[in-house]
Amino acid sequence: MYRVKVEKRLEIPRYFSVLISLFSITISLILMGITIWATTGKFSNTLEAYKEMFSWPFIPECGLSDTIQKMIPLMLTGLGLTIVFRMRIWNIGAEGQLYLGAMATTWGALFLLKDFQNPLVVPILLILGTLAGAFWGAIPGVLKAFLNLDEIVATLMLNYIAYYWVNYLIYGPWKDPHGYNFPLTAIFPEHTWLPSIGDTGIHLGIFIAFGMAVIVYILMNKTRWGFDLKVIGDNEKAAKYAGINTKKNIIFAMMLSGALAGLAGAIQMLGVQHRLQHGFSPGYGYTGIIIAWLSRLNPWATILVSFLFGGLIVGSEQLQIIMRIPISLINVLQGIILLSLLASETIFRYRIRIVKR
Amino acid sequence: MFTSVLAAAVRSGTPLLFAALGEILTERSGVLNLGLEGLMLIGAVTGFVGAYTFHNVYLAFLLAVLVGGAFAFIHAFMSITLRVNQVVSGLALTMLGMGISGTIGRRYIGEVIPRFSEIPLPYLSNIPIIGKAFFNHDILVYLSYILTVFLFYFIFRTKAGMTLRAVGEEPSAADSLGINVFLVRYLATVIGGAITAAGGAYLSLAYTSMWIENMSAGRGWIAIALVIFAAWEPFKAMIGSYLFGGVMAIQLRLQAGGKVNVSANLLMMLPYVVTLLAMVLFSFSKTFRQKIGAPSALGIPYSREEKT
Repeated sequence: MYRVKVEKRLEIPRYFSVLISLFSITISLILMGITIWATTGKFSNTLEAYKEMFSWPFIPECGLSDTIQKMIPLMLTGLGLTIVFRMRIWNIGAEGQLYLGAMATTWGALFLLKDFQNPLVVPILLILGTLAGAFWGAIPGVLKAFLNLDEIVATLMLNYIAYYWVNYLIYGPWKDPHGYNFPLTAIFPEHTWLPSIGDTGIHLGIFIAFGMAVIVYILMNKTRWGFDLKVIGDNEKAAKYAGINTKKNIIFAMMLSGALAGLAGAIQMLGVQHRLQHGFSPGYGYTGIIIAWLSRLNPWATILVSFLFGGLIVGSEQLQIIMRIPISLINVLQGIILLSLLASETIFRYRIRIVKR
Repeated sequence: MFTSVLAAAVRSGTPLLFAALGEILTERSGVLNLGLEGLMLIGAVTGFVGAYTFHNVYLAFLLAVLVGGAFAFIHAFMSITLRVNQVVSGLALTMLGMGISGTIGRRYIGEVIPRFSEIPLPYLSNIPIIGKAFFNHDILVYLSYILTVFLFYFIFRTKAGMTLRAVGEEPSAADSLGINVFLVRYLATVIGGAITAAGGAYLSLAYTSMWIENMSAGRGWIAIALVIFAAWEPFKAMIGSYLFGGVMAIQLRLQAGGKVNVSANLLMMLPYVVTLLAMVLFSFSKTFRQKIGAPSALGIPYSREEKT
């Protein structure tokens, strides 16, 4: 007599984490296909949609530069979240931190350094955005460290505050007088723009993003501080007994995480938009959460995953244009990816054996 | 003036109340569901499509509640059976809810549906001041009153409620007494989700009669904060909901009146600023900081084979 037995794996092979991510993406694409099939009513539409989604964003003459452009903010927010998620601090506020970064940079470019014709202006503006993001991240960090305030709700509230703050500015005091009443600021003076690489349409921000991936990797994996963060995440009490200052680390990690999101906002302003406008972020900060999780909190994987997600955003925009598939479908896809990722994490921890009774 | 502000506070507090009550039920069993925002949107869109299709608000409301329960089942399965990280699962639920409601609702932008109308309660609505404020609403508001009382009674005065709390506090002890921890958590998550979705349905079926993308506008998250303020107690959640509803109502009133020269965007920011400030003020009290009233096993998956 044989029976099927489900048992826990004693050891989880390292390649499994790659397997888990691939598995969950496959599952989500299948589910997504069913959704497109259901909404458009034709199976051939689904195949066509997939063909478009996987070719357009990655072909140089079509959407590749757009994909890389979108990859930059995704990578930066994802990297920032990697830091805090390792401590099991749930910063859901990357979106707001990115907004603050964009806002501070805009302020610098349009008002503070408007006439400052100096090659240093771009780095200064980037730092300004980074600091603003760090500040917006520090608020929930301090509240969490000293008052044990739930960081999830706090960061979310700060997202909404940042969103309406930016809206207030672009509908009000910062509105472009020559903008036909659209909610946007005037275009930044050209000396504040982040230069492009040749005529590729890709700006220098890509190097900054790669640089940050290296820095985050070194910080997290090669320094004592990165190790401390992991200890705090695994067992806060143990960390305290080991003499790790948890309060300081929580605040610092939140600041770093906010700083990277703020930098993403700054780069977006100086490299792509050249003006602050309504809805300039299609939820980069929220997508960053999935990217951090899907890359298993590994900075190298973040590069690859954010490239894929950049492609996903560009692909779904393309689908909206040519097949009239609503853009909110990307939220569905992201939700499904996250759920199947979580589920497969658990499922892969077990194995099925057929044993003799 | 006072009465009308109070009435408006009740009206805009009701969606928060439904969501907070649902979450209290869920969290009392030890499951943390951060997907309220998504659940409310699913409830709102289901209610809207139901009313548009069947021209019957009662049927639409029932549908919204059922679909909300089914949607919460996803979170229940993920967090109870698969024991995944509940924070991330809740976030995924929110994204999914935003995406699905946005995709479905797109066809209905600009359409208008029948809505729940006000039914003044006989005698009660004639009481000076509070009569008009509390007893001159649609039936869903009255339902939320009943639900608050019922949940309070259920959680603190019945044996089933005690079971629920035991599961949220000490699941392994409850298990050893023969209580089916998994079943209790499943029920609490699914029913709690259905109640939350009712809050979303209130938005599209009573509060407005339109579909607006992401119309819950962060109410799901505010409700999560409310549950903490309310120390997981239904009546306190009711008070909190009306306070926040009041802030939202005043903001709308100022905006519509145009008497004050403040940007609409700054006013819209108000509820979120107030939530954050209230959280900060509350957390200066020691009892709050220790999260008294929080179920001990909140957010921790239960497993028979491993103790955490």
